[in-house]
Amino acid sequence: MTGLLDLDLLWVTGKGGVGKTSIAAALAEVAARSGRRTLVCEMDAKGALASAYDVDELSFQPTRIAPDLEAMTMSTEDSLREYLRLFVKIPFIGRIGPLAKTFDFVADAAPGVKEILGVGKLCYEVRERHYDLVVVDAEASGHIISQIGAPKVIAELVKVGLVRDQTEWMLEILNDRDRTGVAVVTTPEEMPVTESIELLRRLRRETGAHAAAVIANRVLPVMFDRRQQELADRLDEAIDLLVDAAGEGAPTVLQAARLTEARRRTGAAHLDRLRDSLTESDDVADSLPIVTVPELFARGPGRRVVAQIAETLVEELDVEVGR
Amino acid sequence: MSDLDNLLASREMVLVAGSGGVGKTTIAAAMGIAAAQRQKGNVLVLTVDPARRLASALGLDEVGNVPVRIDPETFAAAGVKARGELYVAMLDTKAGWDELIRRHAPDVEVRDAVLANPLYQNITSRFVQSHDYLAMEQLHDLHATGEFDLVIVDTPPSRNALSILDAPGRMVDFFGSKLLRWLTVPYRSRIFTVASKPFYQVADRVLGSRFLQDIADFFVLFQAMERGFVRRARAVEALLVDPRTAFVVVTTLETAPSHEAKFLVGALDERKMSLGAVVANRVLPAELAEPEAAASAMALLEAADGRLPARIAKRLDGTERAKKATTTTAAHVLREMASRFDDVALVAAREAERRHELQAAAPAMLTVPWLDGDIHDVRGLGELAEHLRHAE
Repeated sequence: MTGLLDLDLLWVTGKGGVGKTSIAAALAEVAARSGRRTLVCEMDAKGALASAYDVDELSFQPTRIAPDLEAMTMSTEDSLREYLRLFVKIPFIGRIGPLAKTFDFVADAAPGVKEILGVGKLCYEVRERHYDLVVVDAEASGHIISQIGAPKVIAELVKVGLVRDQTEWMLEILNDRDRTGVAVVTTPEEMPVTESIELLRRLRRETGAHAAAVIANRVLPVMFDRRQQELADRLDEAIDLLVDAAGEGAPTVLQAARLTEARRRTGAAHLDRLRDSLTESDDVADSLPIVTVPELFARGPGRRVVAQIAETLVEELDVEVGR
Repeated sequence: MSDLDNLLASREMVLVAGSGGVGKTTIAAAMGIAAAQRQKGNVLVLTVDPARRLASALGLDEVGNVPVRIDPETFAAAGVKARGELYVAMLDTKAGWDELIRRHAPDVEVRDAVLANPLYQNITSRFVQSHDYLAMEQLHDLHATGEFDLVIVDTPPSRNALSILDAPGRMVDFFGSKLLRWLTVPYRSRIFTVASKPFYQVADRVLGSRFLQDIADFFVLFQAMERGFVRRARAVEALLVDPRTAFVVVTTLETAPSHEAKFLVGALDERKMSLGAVVANRVLPAELAEPEAAASAMALLEAADGRLPARIAKRLDGTERAKKATTTTAAHVLREMASRFDDVALVAAREAERRHELQAAAPAMLTVPWLDGDIHDVRGLGELAEHLRHAE
């Protein structure tokens, strides 16, 4: 397997609700355990990353989660403040509040400006080599193109100015497949798979960034081989024996197994469709790996789930971890 | 009459909302079919980017903003009896914006200048959640034509389901904002006040004055359309709180979607918008969570080591004596089923609890079971409509 964790900047995206934050948190944890200095950043500041690590709150200032692992949330205002301090060297930093608010408004209307502040911060961390790997819990697949594509849009629309100059080195990092990659998270369901296929098609064309992996999350394991499945399918013929031995709830146990198998089969068909599209498409890099993470029947997001996903990823990605 | 039929008969507009991936589009389409089954007249489903197979099942290959009637033959072939006519239209943001500009532009010059502005496309596809606003716009439009007795809108997926409720208000705010005024003052004659001077300096240095000029040019044109835009946005806003409008919140009973659904239900209440029903989609059967089933699962695990596998083998093979291979297989199957039952039961128990929480806040709670396979034809949608109708 190619070194997903050997990249400098790894974007993790996917349709809303597929578990992309847990996956991003787990990827960062694995990277840190393998000895890489790792930063993980939540872009939409909804607090999902904090829940994944069971911490109260994350901020723009990175918080230490574990050895070699720090986590932060993106803030356009803080990013602008840092940017002005580092590059523009304008002295009235103290009065940035109202300024940032107005800037926020311009950024809302002007294409790519808001996004580039976030992307710029991440690229800056990469360029300065503050970390070995920056994992981004990015926007959902519907918005990721405008996020990663912001420097390209700016470079096309803005002809002069500081921002324009900045886009060049950002694009160098973003378009280098050895440095930047996008991991697309999906669940084995119709809409997430369809959206993933579409995203993979658009990604290269519209942003210049490369897909690095597809991560199939919440995949139900195969329960039975063919013989066992045949027998399971015929158990209705012996339902009275089951009820005799185990009581009135036995048919419900059977029903549960059936539902699970039906779900698994539907999901497997969607993953096949995804696999086919990966081999068909010219846009997508050859042999893009599909990393599988099983359904954990978890009670909710949290450190425990992240740790379990991390265990799977250690095996799937074949990473050597010290801890 | 069922809760569903009551709802569809008493409202003129139904907005289907909820987080992404919960099956909004399919539920909206099924509600359209349900309405056409029971009511005479014209029903329209306005949808956004449906799964392609669903689109083609409805005969929707090349549909844009213009409503297309679903062929009665398609219904007949699927065994669905329709009394009314069902129309479907797809939301097309780009075409929608062009349409808006054409309508509100005071003259041909402004219109053409806006449509030809290089920033136009980029800006319209981004600012003030234009998707959400356009869905509302089109709803208003289609309702105003009077051609439809009922319009069902499948709302666009947004990061925050609230953004759709606030979209018209934001559009009004935008036109009244300082930003727009500042941007549209001719660039050279801008009065540098003490307060704003630092901003110009920074903006100039960071963005480049040429870019700011481009933006300004665009918004000068845009401002010429202010009156039309603001009047429309207010009309759209009024429509959202109109008693003839109802929201249907769709969710699965997983953690994140049901959390979002609860939040949305509260937000509707705050805004005095009417909640018609909550639809819990893809729900596991409630009996999975009952103690009886759990007890049986434990008993089965024990029985798998006893004589039950041999009995099953005899029954299934139709032999006097149990075949060893079948017995072993049966034991394995029973053990697996029993030991994995807990996982499914846990999910079902959690779902039951979330369902109760949502039910407390909903005037009507429609539960749709998890169905085997995806729905992608009119027959499947008809079955889904039946589920919605008979959901308790």
